This record gives sequence, structure tokens and C-alpha cells, in this order.
Amino acid sequence: MQFTSVSFLLFMAVLLIVYYRVPGELQWTVLLAASGWFYLWAGAEYLGFLLFTILTTYGCTTWMARNNTRREARLAQLPQAEKRACRAAVKGKNRAILALCLSSNFAALFLCKACLTEPLRTMVSGSRVSFLSLGLPLGISFYMFQSMGYVTDVYRETVKAERNPGKLALFTAYFPQLVQGPISRFSQLAPQLLRPHRFDGKQVSFGLQRMLWGYFKKLVIADRIAVAVAALKAPEYTGAAFLVLSVFYAVQIYADFTGGMDIALGLSQALGIVLPENFTRPFFSKNIAVYWRRWHITLGAWMKDYVFYPLSVSAPLRKLSRSARRKFGNFGKRLPVYIASAVTWSVTGIWHGLTPNFLVWGLLNCLVIVVSEELTPLYARFHNRFSFKEKRWYGWFEVLRTFLLMNLIRACDLFPSVMEYFRRTGSLLTAFQPHILWDGTLMQLGLSGLDYGILAAGITLMFTVSLVQEKKGCIRELLWQGGPMVRYALTFALLLTVLLMGNYGIGYQASNFLYNQF
Amino acid sequence: MRKRLSLWAALMLSAAILLLIQALLVPKYMVSSREGALIGEYYANAGNNDVIFIGDCEVYENFSPITLWEEYGITSYIRGSAQQTIWQSYYLLEETFRYETPKVVVFSVLAMKYDTPESTGSQSRREAYNRMTLDTMRLSSAKLGAIQASMTQKEREWEGIYSYLFPLLRYHDRWSQLTEEDITYWLKREPVSDNGYLMQTGVRPMVDAHISPPLADYSFGENSWYYLEKMAALCASHGTRLVLIKAPSLYPVWWWEWDGQIRQFAQENGLTYINMLESLEDIGIDWNTDTYDTGLHLNVSGAEKAASWFGKILAEECGIPDRRQEAEIASLWADKAAVYYDRKQSMTP
Repeated sequence: MQFTSVSFLLFMAVLLIVYYRVPGELQWTVLLAASGWFYLWAGAEYLGFLLFTILTTYGCTTWMARNNTRREARLAQLPQAEKRACRAAVKGKNRAILALCLSSNFAALFLCKACLTEPLRTMVSGSRVSFLSLGLPLGISFYMFQSMGYVTDVYRETVKAERNPGKLALFTAYFPQLVQGPISRFSQLAPQLLRPHRFDGKQVSFGLQRMLWGYFKKLVIADRIAVAVAALKAPEYTGAAFLVLSVFYAVQIYADFTGGMDIALGLSQALGIVLPENFTRPFFSKNIAVYWRRWHITLGAWMKDYVFYPLSVSAPLRKLSRSARRKFGNFGKRLPVYIASAVTWSVTGIWHGLTPNFLVWGLLNCLVIVVSEELTPLYARFHNRFSFKEKRWYGWFEVLRTFLLMNLIRACDLFPSVMEYFRRTGSLLTAFQPHILWDGTLMQLGLSGLDYGILAAGITLMFTVSLVQEKKGCIRELLWQGGPMVRYALTFALLLTVLLMGNYGIGYQASNFLYNQF
Repeated sequence: MRKRLSLWAALMLSAAILLLIQALLVPKYMVSSREGALIGEYYANAGNNDVIFIGDCEVYENFSPITLWEEYGITSYIRGSAQQTIWQSYYLLEETFRYETPKVVVFSVLAMKYDTPESTGSQSRREAYNRMTLDTMRLSSAKLGAIQASMTQKEREWEGIYSYLFPLLRYHDRWSQLTEEDITYWLKREPVSDNGYLMQTGVRPMVDAHISPPLADYSFGENSWYYLEKMAALCASHGTRLVLIKAPSLYPVWWWEWDGQIRQFAQENGLTYINMLESLEDIGIDWNTDTYDTGLHLNVSGAEKAASWFGKILAEECGIPDRRQEAEIASLWADKAAVYYDRKQSMTP
């Protein structure tokens, strides 16, 4: 069941009615049943992976919690001198449990990802036809990272282990975020899932409006421009055509991913549950470090908390830090951070897919951030000499520069062959051929003049809304102040736009959300 | 209270706007592809027909109900549509029995050659034909059954059932292809048929015999038999006589192997089967004057001859009564005949 299907809309309507009809203390069971139904609809054959994650998470966290309880009981009886050893022993046991849970789950994730890449599929399964050829289970990268974050938090004792397997299952499989995130934290999400929610007309209305905005981005913009993106991936499109591809792909992935997020967060809001934001207008970023604090925020935060920080303070890197500082001075001091960054970006790349291009994509991001960091003093001297840093036009220049740079890096997603990616990137310098911009080439990509017109209008609207959000905050709050008739008329106009201009139905190619594949 | 009323008013207004937009965007079938309007025209003519024809172009272009009325006083209607499949025929028949109980149902057996939606041609073409049959059917369990049975694999993947129930979901992007026909017939329709008969007045003689390569397997599919049996059972349950016919058209080829299977089925089930290809001379079909497309279909001259010949069987063998003495019905059919002759005159080159 896709978010963009009519079945999903009917499912959602029934859910909202039932959810607000049952007693508050039973609402979480309705969500659990709905999540199970949603996942089964996506494919019963994938349920095993989800159950595996739920069961291993539940088993390991309750095991660790039991160890902690026993430890507390023992500590009360032990003399002061032995307490430290007792704590260390329990910590060691829990570390082993954590390692077991993480390794088994990540191994399952690796196998699933491997099945998407032909050489690895053959290597892992020994044949082309196996259970692995099923494809990637829906949302596995998202629910698994979320669960492993929770297991780590229980290990760190920052959250208490959930004793009720049903409640833990709901945290893992809560369906609005199951497909493409956001990756939530237990401490933030679970209390909301489990407490009663009364019907709040404003929140439900806000949630549905946000969903509609998500459908606009997905169906009117992303799925329309996807046709041209697919065409431009053909090998003959190099130089300026590659530049166009990188811009089109930026629009597609932004509208697709944020559209999906709007649907997920909007639906959740209608249910009274606030999910963390995954995007805060990343294309307004003035440098790549800021961009990554605004794009796929929950994945970035997860990587920071569970990969980057633990790695940065690990014994080997602390040792390296000490020796590098002696040899290289200030750079040596930063070296361990850069190494931790490189590892984190590699993991982020692999999270997206087990093909070399994603690894290169991750490392390119890391490289740009590290180089920017190293050049900071140079920038500072430059700006001290020329005083336009505070000018508005320079701010927009920085935004444009970051946008274009990120587009070039992001285009790496599009080509499993790294050499092909570099060939296209190189063609920007060796065979730019700007004439493709006006010689009619763009009209041969499967989009009509009307499609380009709709895209231009849609992107302008999306940009304007982002600008208003950036300057004035939540646009739905602004609309709310405009009165019910204005609000209703604008919502209905948006609904009509989606209905009449959306790329959906039998005449169009089926298109999943891009992040469904991760 | 006032707030609630405003909300309802806004919702009603929105629904009305959506319905208006939907009415504008759906194909009208008034000027181009007129076959698409046939199914929807039935409802205004339901309730008093002794004979119902069911099938594809083999019925809606090959029999003239006005001739049946004028020569034999038989009231009839043709529930035909373009490339109508047997499962669609079955559900149309099921729907027909909700409006009336005819004495005879005449089914064109050429549809037996198609066993699945995919076997009728390309999926997009099939979908277009499905639309012409299903879009104007009134909502009922029969319509839902017809949709479920008719959808191609691609339509199923796209949850096509919702787009049959809310055609806006199918035609949402037609706003860029609207023609004058769409504007003219936005909120109105005009009859394109005469009791389901789609008149053709052109003449294009048959020049060469149509030759088809032999088939690897002449057996009708299981699905086709399933629906034929259901159709026979449905008619039996209503006390209606089912007559199987092969209409007088030369192409597509009606293989003798197919003929044998239908003949045997008719015998085993006590049904009448008439292969009109065997009686072309009696009917008086002249392939130089009675076809508008070299023998694939009859023109109005041929359809009148076919109706004249077949009416005798309906009257004498099936006992369909002559109702020309019933004043109310006679008046109604006089009006229909007037429309028919006007149309014939206006369409005759």
C-alpha cells in the first residue's frame, strides 16, 4: 500500500474514525493493528524481517534491563570497594548483548541490501534465485536504525527498556514513519504513541493540509520531473545536459523525499503524534555543513549520536589524537575528528546502498566539509579584506554555490558506476555544449511545454512557501489566522491542483518514493 | 450550529465543483467513438422489451430493432458495446434483469474467443474498450462485478476499480485535450443509437475474401465457458429463453471448430443456436451493398435484412408476441421509428 494509493487514503480515513472513537487507553493498540495491516499489505513475505528486529530488540533490551536490575540489587549488598567491579562486569555483559543485537540486525540489513546488487547477491546467496531475490523489505533501513538506536540507549541507560512487546512493536513499526522515516528516538516517540489523544480539529486539519502539500510535491512536481531525469541518465547526455540533470534530480529528490515526509508527518499530526522534522529548507543553506544539518536531519543526528561521537571518543582515536597533535600540531588535533567523519560518511553512504557510488558520494561530502573546515582561516582573511560578506547578494551567492555543489555530489546517486559519474562530471569541463539548453533537446525528454510550465509554476510555489516558512514560520498558522473560508478555499484549490495536475493513474509509470529503496 | 452549516455548505459546494469538473473531463462519445455512449442509453429505454440482444458490434451494428418492430411488432433493445467480452455481457445481463425480464435474450457467441482481458489485445486498448462498456453503467453490484472481471493486470496494479467509480481519477489529465464536443456535451447527452442499434449508412463492398491463418488450438477458454454457463443459468432462473447467435459478418473468422463447440453446448443445455452465416442467401445479404467495411459489419441496409430474417424466428419459434395493437407501446415505437428514419435520412450520403 503506497502513500499515493487510493487504498491508503481509505485506510487512513477508517483509521482516523476508529482511532478517535476508541477509549484513549486503547488507541495505541489501534495504531499497532493499523501498522501491522499496513506492513502486511506491503508484502507478507517481508514481515519476517520486521519481526526479527522487534524480537531481537525486545529480547536484548529486556535482558540488559534484567542485568541492570540484578546489578542494583547486588550493589546494595556489596561493599564500596567491589561496586566498581560489579558495574564493570554488568557493563561488559550488556556490551556483549548490545554487540549481539547490533551485529545480527545489521547483518540482516546487509544481506537485504546485498540482494539489490547483483555481484553481492551472487556472492552471498550463491545463486541468482534465493530468498534474497525478494528485494528490500519496506523501510528496513529506517526501522532497523531506529530500533538499534533504542537498543543503544537502553545500553547507555538513557532510556528504560520497554517491558510490553506490543508497545515496543508499535515503536518499531509505527506505519507513518515506516516507509521512509523520520528515524525517531524512543524517548521522544514512545510516550506520544502510548498516551491517549483527544480529537483536536485544528491539529487534524493541519495534519491533513500538510499531507495534501506532500501529495502536491510528490505527484505534481517529483513524479513529473522524474520523466526527464530518467531520460537524461542516458549516456549521450553530458556537459550542460548533465548540469540540467543534476538540477532536475535535486528538484525531484527534494520534492519526493520532503513530499513523503509531509505525508508521514501530516498523518501523524492528525493522529496527535508529533514526529521529528527531517528537513528545514536545506536549499537555503550557505555551506555544506549547514546543508547536512537541514537535510535528512534524523539520519544525520543518528549517525552523529551512534557512530560519530562513540568513534571520536574511542580509545584508538584518542591515542591517535595525542600522537598526531605532537607530530602535526593543530591539524593533528583535528585529524581524529576527520577520521571519525570519514567513517561516519562512509556508513551513511553504505546505508543508502551497497554500491560503490554511494560510498564515493559519502566520501565526497566528507571531503568538501573537511576542506571547507581547513580553509576556514583563509576565508576569514579573505572576508576581512573584502567587506561583502554581510551583503544580501553574497548570501544568495553562497546559497546558489552550495546548491550547485550539492547537486554535483548528489548526482553520484544516479550512476552505480563511479567511472560513469566522473565521466559526466568531467564533461562539464571538456564538452559543456550549452546549445542543448535552447536547441530543443529539453523538449525530447518526455515532457511537453505544458509539463515544463506546470513544473515551473509548482517549483515557484514550493520555493515561495519555503521562503515564507524561512522568514515567518509555519504557513498553516498564517492561513489559520486568515479565517475558515480563506483556509478552506486555499486547501480546496490545492486539492484540485493535485487531482488535475498530478502524475498518477494508469497513464503514468508507477513511481515509488525514492527513499523507499533505502 | 452556524459553523456546522458553513462546513456542510462548503463540503457540498466542493463536491459539486468536483462533479462538474468530472463531467467536463470524461469522454462524451457523442461525436467520436459513439459506441461508448451505447450502454448508458439503455436506462431510458428499459422496462418493456421482449427481446434483449447482448454482445459486441456483432449485435449493435447488425440488427435493427425498428425493423423488428415494424415487421413483427417485437419490442427489443441491444445492450451492445465495442469489443464487449463475455464477462461484461454476463454482468450487463444481470443488470438488465433488474430493470426488466425479457422473454428472449440473444447473445452473440463471437465473444467466446476471448478468455481473459489480456487475450483481447494490448492492455491499453482493452482498457479503452472497458471504459466504453463500464463507464456509463449505473452503480450496482453488477457494475462492480463487471469491473472486477474486466480489469487488465495493469489496471489492477493501479487500483483501477476506484477510477471506474470516480472517473475523475482516470481522466484527470484530459483538461489539456478537451474539444468542442466536451464543451457542447458537458452537461447533456443526445441519443446516438436506436434502441442500442448504432446506425451505419456507408457502403464499402467486400472485394476479397478475408483469410485468417489457422489457429493452434480452437478450444474456447475455461473462463468463457464459465460465463456462458452462468448466462444460461441466469436466463433459466428468470424463465427467459437464451438464444445463441453468430451474426452475419465475414470477419473476424468464425471457425467451424468453434461452431461445433457452441452447437454441442446448445444441444446439451437445450438452447437455440443460430449460425446466420449458414443462411446468408435466405437473409439476402449482398456484400456489395450491405456492408460499410468490406464484410466486417453490416450497414443499415444489411441490419434491416438481418432483423427481418431473424424476426421471423423470434416470432414463430420463440413465440415473441406482436405488440403493435397495444396503443401505448405502438405510440412509443412510432416515435422511435420517426427518429430512426430521420437519422437514416440525415446520415445517408
